[in-house]
Amino acid sequence: MSYVGDVATLARKDLLLELRAKETLPAMVIFVVASLTIFHFALPTGSGEVAAKGMLWVALVFTALLGLNRAFVAEREQGVMDALVLAPTDRSAIWAAKSIAVLAYLVAAEVVALPAFALFFSGLDGATVAAVALADIGICTVGTLLGAMAVAARARELVLPLLFLPLAIPIVVGGVGASVGEGPRFLLFLALYDAIFALVAWASFEYVVVET
Amino acid sequence: MIRARNLAKRFGDKRVFDGLDIDVPQGGFLLVTGPNGSGKTTLLRILAGLAAPTAGELELPERRLIGFIAHDPLVYRELTARENLTLFARLYGVPRWSERVAELLEAFGLGAAADARVSTFSRGMQQRLGLARVLLPSPEVLVLDEPYNALDAEGSAVLDGVLDEFRGRTFVVATHDPARVERRATESLAFA
Repeated sequence: MSYVGDVATLARKDLLLELRAKETLPAMVIFVVASLTIFHFALPTGSGEVAAKGMLWVALVFTALLGLNRAFVAEREQGVMDALVLAPTDRSAIWAAKSIAVLAYLVAAEVVALPAFALFFSGLDGATVAAVALADIGICTVGTLLGAMAVAARARELVLPLLFLPLAIPIVVGGVGASVGEGPRFLLFLALYDAIFALVAWASFEYVVVET
Repeated sequence: MIRARNLAKRFGDKRVFDGLDIDVPQGGFLLVTGPNGSGKTTLLRILAGLAAPTAGELELPERRLIGFIAHDPLVYRELTARENLTLFARLYGVPRWSERVAELLEAFGLGAAADARVSTFSRGMQQRLGLARVLLPSPEVLVLDEPYNALDAEGSAVLDGVLDEFRGRTFVVATHDPARVERRATESLAFA
């Protein structure tokens, strides 16, 4: 089968598993809506747009982290990663498919979260939506690679945030920057981040899943 | 078919094994024995291509020709038996995969449960499904780590049948209960 065919087969499997188990997406939706509700009541009146957008990005990054923490649960608990690694596919197809699945969960959570943000705070503009879309790609490509690394660790729930959050700082900086009026420059920054880190993750996934 | 020279594996300061030479010709049967924790699984993971040795030379057939059976069946519990086999058949590019999947499900006594989720299966049924998954692409080399563990009587009989049917392929089998397979062994390796 072709590379694209392998990625489609694996991504379909991940989406089917979530559809059956319903373990990740509901938790992400509840978390992000609860976070925005808390921020809505916690932020003092007149806090301004920057504070509200900052809160949105914090909520989105931690929602993504929730999904990434569960990305390889089925493979870990049932040892299926070994079977996938042995299959004669390019191993990066596993990463690409998992990134697509996590991206789908994140976008689904944002379909609820962004209107909720618009309702609670100052509305939503095109630059913010574009920044969220670009940030999602970066979060999922980097986060999936790190999720595969963390899955082999004993304290995996601790390891993933430790690895992921420092690498997510540029995403938050780019996202907030694009959201508060300096759109094009920061959108370009996010696109560059996506391209570089997607390439690094794609090229290095093989070394992450074979024990050394 | 499998050749290793001066193979070594260490985890940090801990030496698992050192200076191992292994030759398993086509059709050979390497029996690996030893107590739990002696390094059998580590060696098998290296011979299956799932782990890299710390040192030494290793010649293995290409990945698609190696089938690996571990303690766990390596299948998704929330997918059905048919969905699991279909997934791997497509990844391996098995020709006429739909027929091949149906044929294996019947051969392993899972025809009636083909569309049930694996989470509803007994441990023995799951192991039989794991065996069917491995045999999907007709591998040339079978690396089996404690293959009789958790198999029910029917599953053990099926596995014996597989070992008979696949005579002529290359086997590497690790077990701490060698009585069941030692008559088949052409080479052996004992860990202390």
